[in-house]
Amino acid sequence: MKNKYSIFSLIKNAFSYHENWEKAWKDPEPKKEYDVVIIGGGGHGLATAYYLAKKHNMKNIAVVEKGWIGGGNTGRNTTIIRSNYLWDASAGLYDHALKIWEGLSQELNYNVMFSQRGVMNLAHNLQDVRDLKRRTHANRLNGIDAVYLNTEEVKKFCPIINTSPDIRYPVLGGTLQKRAGTARHDAVAWGYARGADEMGVDIIQNCEVKGIKRNGDAVEGIETTKGFIKTNKIGVVAAGHSSVIANMAGLKLPLESKPLQALVSEPVKPIIDTVVMSNAVHAYVSQSDKGELVIGAGTDDYVSYSQKGSHDIVEGTLNAILELYPIFSRMRMLRQWGGIVDICPDASPIISKTSIEGLYFNCGWGTGGFKATPGSGDLFAHTIANDEPHKLNAAFNLNRFVSGDLVDEHGAAAVAH
Amino acid sequence: MFLINCPFCGEREQSEFKAGGEAHIVRPKQPTELSDDQWAEYLFMRKNIKGIQFERWNHIHGCRKWFNMVRDTSNDEIKAVYKMGEKPPVK
Repeated sequence: MKNKYSIFSLIKNAFSYHENWEKAWKDPEPKKEYDVVIIGGGGHGLATAYYLAKKHNMKNIAVVEKGWIGGGNTGRNTTIIRSNYLWDASAGLYDHALKIWEGLSQELNYNVMFSQRGVMNLAHNLQDVRDLKRRTHANRLNGIDAVYLNTEEVKKFCPIINTSPDIRYPVLGGTLQKRAGTARHDAVAWGYARGADEMGVDIIQNCEVKGIKRNGDAVEGIETTKGFIKTNKIGVVAAGHSSVIANMAGLKLPLESKPLQALVSEPVKPIIDTVVMSNAVHAYVSQSDKGELVIGAGTDDYVSYSQKGSHDIVEGTLNAILELYPIFSRMRMLRQWGGIVDICPDASPIISKTSIEGLYFNCGWGTGGFKATPGSGDLFAHTIANDEPHKLNAAFNLNRFVSGDLVDEHGAAAVAH
Repeated sequence: MFLINCPFCGEREQSEFKAGGEAHIVRPKQPTELSDDQWAEYLFMRKNIKGIQFERWNHIHGCRKWFNMVRDTSNDEIKAVYKMGEKPPVK
C-alpha cells in the first residue's frame, strides 16, 4: 500500500528534505505473459489500465510505452476540458469524462489541478451565432450546462477581449460552459500511473512495440524492443501512431496523422481567468497557473509524424490572438511545440473492437483527446474487459465507416478540427 | 515549413499548397457493384504511412494544378515530385 499524499505526509517528508518520498510507480522489466497489454503510456492508456484493474478486477496488466509516460500528446496539449459537443453520442461521451474529472483528484489521491474556470466559445459571423445557439440548445437537452452570451456579456465575462465592431472578425456573441476548464496534463498521467501501479499494473517505459503476432484471426502477443510479450488482449492507445500499430496487425484505419501545434508565452500576472476559444479565426487561449498564456494553433493539412508544424500556422493563430487581445501585443512567446494527432474523417474518436479477436483500438481523438482522458479510459477498459462496448461508446465503433452512421463533429463541436 | 518544387511553377513555400491526401487511390470502376466494406475502404481507410508516402498536392495559391509527391512523413523530406498521370518513380 502506497503512502497517501496529504498535508501530514508533506510535513513528515519535509523533515527529510523531501528526499525519501516513495517512488510513485515502479520501473519493472516485462514479464513473459500478461492478460492484457495496453500499448501507449499516455493519459488514455494509463487510465485504461487503471480502470481495468479497479473496476473489472483484472490482474496481470501491462502498459508498454516507447518513451516515458505522458511524454507524447498528454504532455503536449493545451489542457482544455469541456463537454459542449453537439451530437447526443458525443455529449454522452465527453460529459461522462467531465463528471469523472470533477472527482478525479480525490479518487486518485493526486492533485490533477482540475479548475472549472469555464470555457467560452466565440461567434464571429451570423452562421457562427446560429450554430452556437443551436449547440447551446442541444447541450441543454442533453443536460450539459451551456449559456449563450451576447457581445456585452462576452466583454463582461472576459474584459480583455476586443469587442469593437471594427475588427476584421468582430465578436458577435459566444457560449459559455461554466463546468468546463483546465487540468494539469502531466499530473493526469502521473496520477493514473501511480494508481495503476498500486493495483499491480506493470508500467514498462522505453519499450517500443515492433510487431503484433497473430494466430489466424486472434492476437498472440507483441514483439517489443524488450522482447516478446505473450497476451491474448491488446488495447492500442497510440494516438498519432495508431495507424503504425494497426499496420503491424495488418489492419487499415480511417485515420490521418497530422502535426498540431501549441505555444506558451513568458509568464505574466493573472490576466485571463477563463478559457476562450474561437473557431472561426482559430485561436484559443488560457493562462496556466505559472502565468504563461497557453495558446493552441491549428493542424497542418498534410500527413506528418515529424512533431513539428509549419510556421505559417502559428503566425495565423497569433494574428488572430492579437486582433482579439490587443493587450498581448508585446508578449513574447517562450516555447512552441507540435504533437501528432490522429484525425478521423468525422472528427470523432474510435473506441472499438476490431475484426481481429483480442485487438482493441482507442484512437482518432484528433485535436481534442485530453478532455476525454478519464472517460476514454473507463469506457475502453469496459470494452476490453467485456469484449463489447459500453452504451456510451457504442456509437464510436470502427464499423461506423462501413455503415455510414458517422458522428460528424467537424465544426459542430465548437472548434474546428 | 518546407519548400515544394511545383512541376509547373518551380520552388515555392509549402503554405501556397493544399495537401490532397494519399495518391493513387483509384475510384472503383463499377460503383454499383461495391459492397459497403469496399466503399468504406475506398472512402475512408488510409495507409497513413510513417515513412515514404505517395500523395497528392494542389498549388492552390499558384497555378492551381494538381500533382503528385513522394515525401518521407517522418521528417517531411521530399523525395520526388511528378505530374498527374505520370508513373510514380521507383523507390
